[in-house]
Amino acid sequence: MIEGLSRNAARNIFFGGSIFFFVLFVGLTLHSHYYIVTESTDHEGITEQVRMGKHVWEKESCINCHSLLGEGAYFAPELGNVWLRYGGAEDPEAARQGIKSWIRMQPLGVPGRRQMPSYEHLTEEELDALIEFLRWTSTIDTQDWPPTISG
Amino acid sequence: MKYETQKVAYPFFIAALLLFAGQVSFGLLAGAVYVWPDFFAEFMPFHIMRMSHTNLLLVWLLIGFFGATYYLLPEEAETEIHSPMIAYIQLGIFVFAGAAALISYQFGIHEGREFLEQPLWIKILLTISFLMFLYNGTRTLMAGRRTAISVVLMLGLWLAAIFWLFAFYNPANLSLDKMYWWYVVHIWVEGVWGLIMASLLAYLLIKLTGVDREIIEKWLYVIVGLVLFSGLLGTGHHYYWIGTPGYWQPVGSFFSALEVVPLFAMVAFAFYMFWRGNRNHPNKSAILWTLGCTVMAFFGAGVWGFMHTLSFVNYYSHGTQVTAAHGHLAFYGAYVMLNLAIITFAMPQLRGKRPYNQIRNMWGFWLMTGGMAFMTFTLTFAGVIQTHLQRVMDVRYMVAQDDLTLFYAMRFGSGVIVVIGALLFLWATLGRPREQVPTGATHVAADTNA
Repeated sequence: MIEGLSRNAARNIFFGGSIFFFVLFVGLTLHSHYYIVTESTDHEGITEQVRMGKHVWEKESCINCHSLLGEGAYFAPELGNVWLRYGGAEDPEAARQGIKSWIRMQPLGVPGRRQMPSYEHLTEEELDALIEFLRWTSTIDTQDWPPTISG
Repeated sequence: MKYETQKVAYPFFIAALLLFAGQVSFGLLAGAVYVWPDFFAEFMPFHIMRMSHTNLLLVWLLIGFFGATYYLLPEEAETEIHSPMIAYIQLGIFVFAGAAALISYQFGIHEGREFLEQPLWIKILLTISFLMFLYNGTRTLMAGRRTAISVVLMLGLWLAAIFWLFAFYNPANLSLDKMYWWYVVHIWVEGVWGLIMASLLAYLLIKLTGVDREIIEKWLYVIVGLVLFSGLLGTGHHYYWIGTPGYWQPVGSFFSALEVVPLFAMVAFAFYMFWRGNRNHPNKSAILWTLGCTVMAFFGAGVWGFMHTLSFVNYYSHGTQVTAAHGHLAFYGAYVMLNLAIITFAMPQLRGKRPYNQIRNMWGFWLMTGGMAFMTFTLTFAGVIQTHLQRVMDVRYMVAQDDLTLFYAMRFGSGVIVVIGALLFLWATLGRPREQVPTGATHVAADTNA
């Protein structure tokens, strides 16, 4: 196929085709942006607390051990649905307390078990915000991922 | 070396190789934690090791690309680099920013999005340095002959800088955050870096095989076309489960499956050119790295990428050790080996020697490549078992991990081999040159500058 093609023709196909696919990609992304804001996430529900929680999540770089919606370091459990694993859908207060006390217990210091660092320095407010962010995340329409509650 | 200012590349390559040594060291530490979970826990937590490992990788690969560009631009453009001074300052800023990020991580100072952990002021410094590089390169390109290689290379680097700007955009809506985060991460490594890779390969092939530029450049355009036609919409394979619309499942599956095609074309390209070419280049180790790069990129990025890219497969395998397996071999095959190929090719000329320490360099090749391949196999087995336990049988994460210990131990072993290979490579490349030509290559071509 390549013998019958001149260098200039190959160049034109490259530039023309790339621009075509780029425009298509940006168009689909813009539509996805709209879809995220209006359909798949609770965009209105991003309160100051959720924002703060996302900030805590980032400040502590949780993503470099855990994963969130399957993206991250795979060294520690998936947290996109941790709210649901703690039964947050049925009993939000119990889930909140459960996650909070788990974080407060770290480091567990169990020999031979992966060690989560201490998060003593987080204030109650920050911790509540982090958990609220994880609750908000669990409401994202992820096309039914993950397949099991184990994440 | 035909042009005086090509030597600008020398400190870039040295800096890149030293950071490479740092990168694999942090990798080894992180690999050890998988085997001995309390290892270092008090001193350096896992997340710090991991961000050091991944950030050093990105920084040294970019420095390597900068160096490669400075090395080949004068030859391609047939003119000297616009300003060697800008190049040195730009390198200084980039290395300083990279080192500052690394040090601040050890004190827990970082931002929180994966791979973009650099504090804001460091991101700004990296951007300034990158722009200085683009200015310098573009001025050089404009002043001289414009070849397909130099145009595609500079286009790839420009686009890399433009998409990097999305690193500064962090929306509060997690789904939006993730969608645009991939504009940097995916479009870099499976899009515009493909332009950089293909053009650097094309340069190496012209030099090493002696095939006509006309033919090589035609292949180059075809390959980079295939990279972007598949890779742009291929971003869709990251948009399956993050709150984006369902149509990304067929779109992402189809186009990302096609990403194998340009990777296979690069293998065909490299081997065909060597078959067709008649030059007997004395730098045998550079030939080995060039051919090896295309093969390992095909397996790591192509085959291992395809393995879990279809949405109905990815539904189960997403975010397991399968991804880690793919990530390791893809980065190694495509971008690490590419940089090491260029460095192996350019170093003898930068140091004013005939190709040296070739056997040692090739030992480095086989140890690193063998080690990375084995690491990929062990992580793949770990990932398949993890997928089955966790995603099919609903076994909890930490319980499932306990069953993977054997694979993590083998991964650590292969990591040790990779580090030994990397050290051998550094010794061969930076150490005292001893001419060492592989047996069978007795008729060394006279012109090592070719």
